Amino acid sequence: MNQRKILIVDDELSVRKSLEEWFREDGFQVETAEDGEAALKKMLAGPYDIIIIDLKMPGMDGMTLQKRVREVDRDATIIILTAYASVETAVEALKQGAFDYLTKPVDPDDLSHVVQNALRQKELAEENLRLKEKVSELSLPTPIIGQSPKMQHVLDLLRTVAETDSTVVIRGESGTGKELIARAIHAQSRRRYFPIVAVNCGSIPETLLESELFGHEKGAFTGAQYRRKGKIELAHGGTLFLDEIGDISPKMQIDLLRVLETKRFTRLGGDQEVTSDFRLVCATNKDLEKLVEERAFREDLYYRINVFTIQLPPLRERAGDILPLARHFVQKYARAMAKPPMEFSPEAEAVMLAYRWPGNVRELENAVERAMVIGKGPTIQRSDLPLALDAESPDPKDLSLEALEKQHIERVLAQHNGNVTQSAQVLRIDRATLYHKIKRYGLRR
Amino acid sequence: MGPPVFVAFLNGYTPPWADQVIERLAATLPYPIRRVDLRFDLRPYYAPERRQHHATLLLATLLRHLPEPGGKIVGITCEDLFIPVLTFVFGQSQLDGPAAVVSTYRLHNESYGLPADEELLRARTVKEVVHELGHAFGLVHCRDQRCVMRASTYVEEVDLKDAGFCDTCRTMIAARTA
Repeated sequence: MNQRKILIVDDELSVRKSLEEWFREDGFQVETAEDGEAALKKMLAGPYDIIIIDLKMPGMDGMTLQKRVREVDRDATIIILTAYASVETAVEALKQGAFDYLTKPVDPDDLSHVVQNALRQKELAEENLRLKEKVSELSLPTPIIGQSPKMQHVLDLLRTVAETDSTVVIRGESGTGKELIARAIHAQSRRRYFPIVAVNCGSIPETLLESELFGHEKGAFTGAQYRRKGKIELAHGGTLFLDEIGDISPKMQIDLLRVLETKRFTRLGGDQEVTSDFRLVCATNKDLEKLVEERAFREDLYYRINVFTIQLPPLRERAGDILPLARHFVQKYARAMAKPPMEFSPEAEAVMLAYRWPGNVRELENAVERAMVIGKGPTIQRSDLPLALDAESPDPKDLSLEALEKQHIERVLAQHNGNVTQSAQVLRIDRATLYHKIKRYGLRR
Repeated sequence: MGPPVFVAFLNGYTPPWADQVIERLAATLPYPIRRVDLRFDLRPYYAPERRQHHATLLLATLLRHLPEPGGKIVGITCEDLFIPVLTFVFGQSQLDGPAAVVSTYRLHNESYGLPADEELLRARTVKEVVHELGHAFGLVHCRDQRCVMRASTYVEEVDLKDAGFCDTCRTMIAARTA
């Protein structure tokens, strides 16, 4: 625990000395000042946990000093010391924001109690502040990292649709961040002060999913000992996020369609209709059109949910975001692991850019987390990244000069989001040569 | 062995349990304990308006009477002590310094309208002497409820704690002798 700091301001040397000794024995780091000016000078050098101020001092009196202290440190904990106790001075001191006041000579027990109470209040205030910061950190939507044109397009769509109440389908390969986008839509919508309730339809068996979504009454089935609200009911006022909607059974599709049309449903085992006002956001990595064609997904439900679609690009198509994302994950896990932020070696960066990332952003995040766990020193080396990274990307030392050139140009283009002028500058060749090489190697910009 | 600790019952104050205090200190502190007889005029430290003696000034005088440089001295008096900002003190010492003083005045049961109890007074005196010497050896107040270095601002708190150090404070005291 840090040593608590106390400042004693009194014009009487004997008072300063005796209080200094008293508080030093109590484990405080003590400083003293003989007048207001000296006290303010000390305050500028650093904050104090407690400031004890004598009311009657030549020059600046205690009341004026208290006001001046507040200008330097709004949250300073001040205890007023007075030899002339009166209700008026005490009330005035407390009105000005003093924590308490003590009359000289002070009973040791009173001094001890007032200081302990002041410290306890200060600790609670500090803890309150820490918790508030933590809560606001938790309630802030996770930042979406994406400077690539494709992600910028996604973010434009997100901003457009968030303010409406339309149903949104987020599509994209596994690990592209569909839930993150769903949460961002919710966070930017007028429903943000209500909950977002997420259900992964693909991970819950059909019988359980029904109870999970619609809730149940007491005795609805064996083990239903209490009435339980379902996710649809819990999402009232907010957003219901149904992940992997392409995986739900035909029966659930009918039930869901009815809820979407009427916003009304009954809990399992119940006969009373419940209303829930929610906005639906769903996600899938399935080809819904194909499922409709194959009659595995109801056409009417498809049209009901397919109001606004956001297609998330796979990570390999937004290579310019790979390194910013990787650095973001380094920061995230450095905080979580209480480690200093690490950097990537040029070889590690090269292999990350060359890899195809079939598991997308999720795979990248896992790779970075693992590298930070096993990595030694301030730099993440290529060897710290999972072995699977190497599987699809041949070691540069095994490549021909031509293949190496192709890979390097592809990487630089990806880093600059396909911008030929910037890439040519980095590659130190003219634009015409770069165009020629892009054509020759069949590269996509 | 560390520096000697001189225990001075001031101006002929010799309670019947004085020797027991010395024995108890010898058992608690890892330092040689020596009893000395010390007499000096206390009148300059007397504040008639408070009817108390100024502990800080008394401490300064004790310092001048330290029999051996490098040692520590603790004076024990039956007079009521104060420091200017406080109504009273059970004792005072210099943190990590050579001198300490303890008053038995407010350790008497009679001060609180209770029947005399010499055994309790001896136990309280031992605790306060060990406590002030602990400060003289650099210890600050301890959070352990039973430790003698726990702060006590009223006599019941003195009764609640033990006469010995907690493990942490004992280790710190031992480190001073090493």
